Amino acid sequence: MVIPAPPGKMGPVPLPAPELLVGQSPPRLDGLDKLLGRARYLDDLTFEGQLWGRTVRSTVAHARIVLIDFDPSYDWSGVTRVTARDIPGENVVQLIDDDQPCLAWDVIRHFDEPVALLACADREKLEEALRHVRVEVEPLPAVLDPAASTQVFKHYRYEREAGRLAEAFARAHRVVEGSYRVRHQEQLYLEPNAVCAVPRADGGILLHGSMQCPFYVQRALKRLLALDDERVAVVQTVTGGGFGGKEEYPSMIACHAALLARAAGRPVKIVYGRGEDLASTTKRHPGVVSHRTAVAADGTLLGGEIDVLFDGGAYSTLSPVVLSRGAIHAPGAYRWPACRVDARAVATNTPPNGAFRGFGAPQTLFAVELHMDRIARELGLDPLDLRRRNALRPGDRTATGQELRESVSALEVLEAVAERSGWASGRAQPKGDGPKRRGLGLSLVLHGAGFTGSGEVKLKARAGVELTPTGCRVLAASTEIGQGTITIFAQLVADALGLPLGAIEVAAPDTSRVPDSGPTVASRTCMVVGGTLEGAARALHRRLAAYAAEVYGGDAERIACVGGTFREGARAIATFEEVARRQLADRGPLVIVEQYSHPPGIEWDDDEFRGDAYPVYAWAATAVEVEVDLDSYETRVLRVVTAQDVGKAIHPLLCVGQIEGGTVQALGYALMEEVVHRDGRVANDRLQSYLIPTALDAPPIETILVENRYPHGPRGAKGVGELPMDGPAPAVAAAVLDATGALVPELPITPDRLRAALKLGAAPTASLGETPLGAAE
Amino acid sequence: MISRIPVTSARSLPEAYALLEKPPPGLRVLAGGTDLMVQLQARVGLERIGHVLDIWGLRELRFVDRAEGLLRLGALATYGDLRDSPLVRERLPALAELSREVGARAIQSRGTLGGNVCNASPAGDTLPLLIAAGASFVVGGPRGERRIAADQFFVAYRRTALAPDELFLRAELPELAPHERLVYRKVGTRRAQSISRTLLALRGGALGGRLAGVRVAAGGVAPVPLRCRLAEAALEGRPVDALAVAAARAALEGEIRPISDLRGSADYRREVTGNLLARLLPELAG
Repeated sequence: MVIPAPPGKMGPVPLPAPELLVGQSPPRLDGLDKLLGRARYLDDLTFEGQLWGRTVRSTVAHARIVLIDFDPSYDWSGVTRVTARDIPGENVVQLIDDDQPCLAWDVIRHFDEPVALLACADREKLEEALRHVRVEVEPLPAVLDPAASTQVFKHYRYEREAGRLAEAFARAHRVVEGSYRVRHQEQLYLEPNAVCAVPRADGGILLHGSMQCPFYVQRALKRLLALDDERVAVVQTVTGGGFGGKEEYPSMIACHAALLARAAGRPVKIVYGRGEDLASTTKRHPGVVSHRTAVAADGTLLGGEIDVLFDGGAYSTLSPVVLSRGAIHAPGAYRWPACRVDARAVATNTPPNGAFRGFGAPQTLFAVELHMDRIARELGLDPLDLRRRNALRPGDRTATGQELRESVSALEVLEAVAERSGWASGRAQPKGDGPKRRGLGLSLVLHGAGFTGSGEVKLKARAGVELTPTGCRVLAASTEIGQGTITIFAQLVADALGLPLGAIEVAAPDTSRVPDSGPTVASRTCMVVGGTLEGAARALHRRLAAYAAEVYGGDAERIACVGGTFREGARAIATFEEVARRQLADRGPLVIVEQYSHPPGIEWDDDEFRGDAYPVYAWAATAVEVEVDLDSYETRVLRVVTAQDVGKAIHPLLCVGQIEGGTVQALGYALMEEVVHRDGRVANDRLQSYLIPTALDAPPIETILVENRYPHGPRGAKGVGELPMDGPAPAVAAAVLDATGALVPELPITPDRLRAALKLGAAPTASLGETPLGAAE
Repeated sequence: MISRIPVTSARSLPEAYALLEKPPPGLRVLAGGTDLMVQLQARVGLERIGHVLDIWGLRELRFVDRAEGLLRLGALATYGDLRDSPLVRERLPALAELSREVGARAIQSRGTLGGNVCNASPAGDTLPLLIAAGASFVVGGPRGERRIAADQFFVAYRRTALAPDELFLRAELPELAPHERLVYRKVGTRRAQSISRTLLALRGGALGGRLAGVRVAAGGVAPVPLRCRLAEAALEGRPVDALAVAAARAALEGEIRPISDLRGSADYRREVTGNLLARLLPELAG
């Protein structure tokens, strides 16, 4: 249910047309095809002469490779074999530190690491062949506990008024300490990773695949195959979900398919089964976050020290940037007069962890939010009042020294949730004295929209529009992965041109045809790419208005297309189609590509880790009511009320869909989702044992959209994709605390962990050891 | 390779028995396939499967009826059949209710009672209920038919009393006397499509304020679905009071043998199974 938003502050965005589409919820452009089963996912496509590809993986966490032995007695006819020695370029999956090989050659650094590749036209023969490859190894000691790791991928340390920290602790009414632990979470897109590489006559590669970031894949292929731009094209196929899980991993599987395709001279398709996908692809970083906080008697935060430790897995992949977002969000949505954050991402011999909706923030926000409830409990304060007292307000500075100027909504979302959840009466209610106890908890979070720090400045995202005879075509590398990209792009562009939605087409992301708009990640698609597209569409509109003035007469400045017709005031000049056809015939194709530019005054210092970490933040408060069964220690979420400030909901229904979906995914993180490793290997690599919430586990969710417009976003929009992932888990933990008096400092809050916390009687601290587990059935 | 495993699809019981006259090595029986197909896909124990006897088409094994005070459930009665059968809902509502909790709707349409029994998972949902209900299993083969009590059927971890040439044909459940109830509670891993962490089933009633004919069975807490005779002994003839509950609980916690696995620790399972007993007992007397 959507509650009408309170009136937002209108940004000074001049609009060429009345609000026709933005703010409405037209049917999504890809909806009908998906509903009717017409959408063709990678595995639905057949390529002539296609082979199937398969990956030979390591069966040890850390070892030196002695020999990769292809059984000489086996009949290898019809089977293409590839090892690292067949790589024409560099054996690396290009990302940040470039430390991950495409195929392990000398050393295996994690279980299920790719070692060799096979392709065959017959899938059963392929499975058989797989069992005739033997990787002979000399085992090396494996580091599985991040606390014991000596290899640091990245270390950030930043401070605010550090000189005053000692003083803050000295004069504190109370110093509250707590340690919080989070585990691996799987993205669990419906469609597993899948690609098909097609060799081209010019020695190049055409790669089709399920992915979020076509240009990441293209760059990885170029480096691996030592090819130039012209000879590597990457096309995103209809993609069944990503959640960050298809940010970096598709580069790996694409490299594998491309190597096989070049070796075989035929198209090679690789489609992971669920088990392979669960066992070998990236997960959310597990970690431990420790807080030491100086507070005044009234709950005012005086100073804090925060330590963050993330387990990056065997290769650094995206860990440096996941860590920076985690570190920046670690102080939460609060004012810290003095603060120090020390954050490390370290290596272990486990499959690399990577991008997942929220990107480091859900981990550190869980810690700071549950810590706030610990402080409230120790001080005997209402957790809502504690948050009210310390929440960031306009004009405040964050821990990186960023002055919050625009669209700052911590208090607004907090009050909205307090009211709609019935906070005061809900907290006052008896918790029950039978086996079932009720509790109410809440959280307040912020989420930086767009890339962290100078990411956008370095990236220089480009996107554009191309005039068609009846409207225009959107050219962007941003991918539709179920979240609604193409629909909101069409809405923004249609409004900017004064056209109906049907006049806009969105080109499939193909690196040979669209400009590089950057990856589809970081809640940046709408704000950054959508804004750039809107600018390009406005420029197109100006060009056409000028052309119409030239051809039909009139003042170009006063001519605007409204409802598909160019008008000057009340006078209709010509339809868009007439102008477009004439322009195309007269002057040829018209493509306008614009480059994103950061709003003025946004500055970030990478070396000092200071300044404007993000151009703007989205805000959310979430209240969760739970029922805990003390017979079985099960926690059931009864309802969720959440208020989220997204700036402007371009498509309110999709926006609420993002929030509801993200909330349920976060409830899974809170209560049941946990990838368990045994000796470095994923033990629950199937959906029977890796549990996500079912429809019955999903509670009623009341979403309150708050629209405090961001003047530099398209129509005021900020980001929404990741925001709903941040708040529910700590709110669940706080509700369990309210219901039972037990603070469970570790996610997920399984019945076993709740039982342990209750048996301890006091709030336990998270240990760093492995969870003891026996043999699975 | 999977496609090279020979499959015999029997169209009648005699046809199935003909194959069982001389059972091929590594014979596996395929009913609804909800366990076997998953094992094949995961290649678990693939090398031990030498031949598949597909009995899904044996219509004569798919029934729910009532005869001589017994509720009879055919081997191929699906969870969906049990869930929807007016007879089951009237006579043994707990079984209808439990069938609704097994897997997803698609699994309920395909998974069978016989498959669940013969797969003999210690966490098989219907198994403790069948044991507590006092069911007996009728099995048959070329050598004829015989009857095995449900609590004698599960002999070791995933091993049953079935001979290699026998098929499970039907379960027969005595109906409840007016003072009796059959109750259960499953603690799964989530609210749907979940496997039991523990499941406890009780049958019995109170006569003159004292428990009579109590049967207790538990799932997910031992290598086999377990009849809990010590707990039964602690309850029989006793009023449902704190003393009896404590004694039965102690007996139950002593006789179950839970392990720690992905779904929960042994300590957790032991305590929660005891909690379920304490919670369910008053329902028998009520």
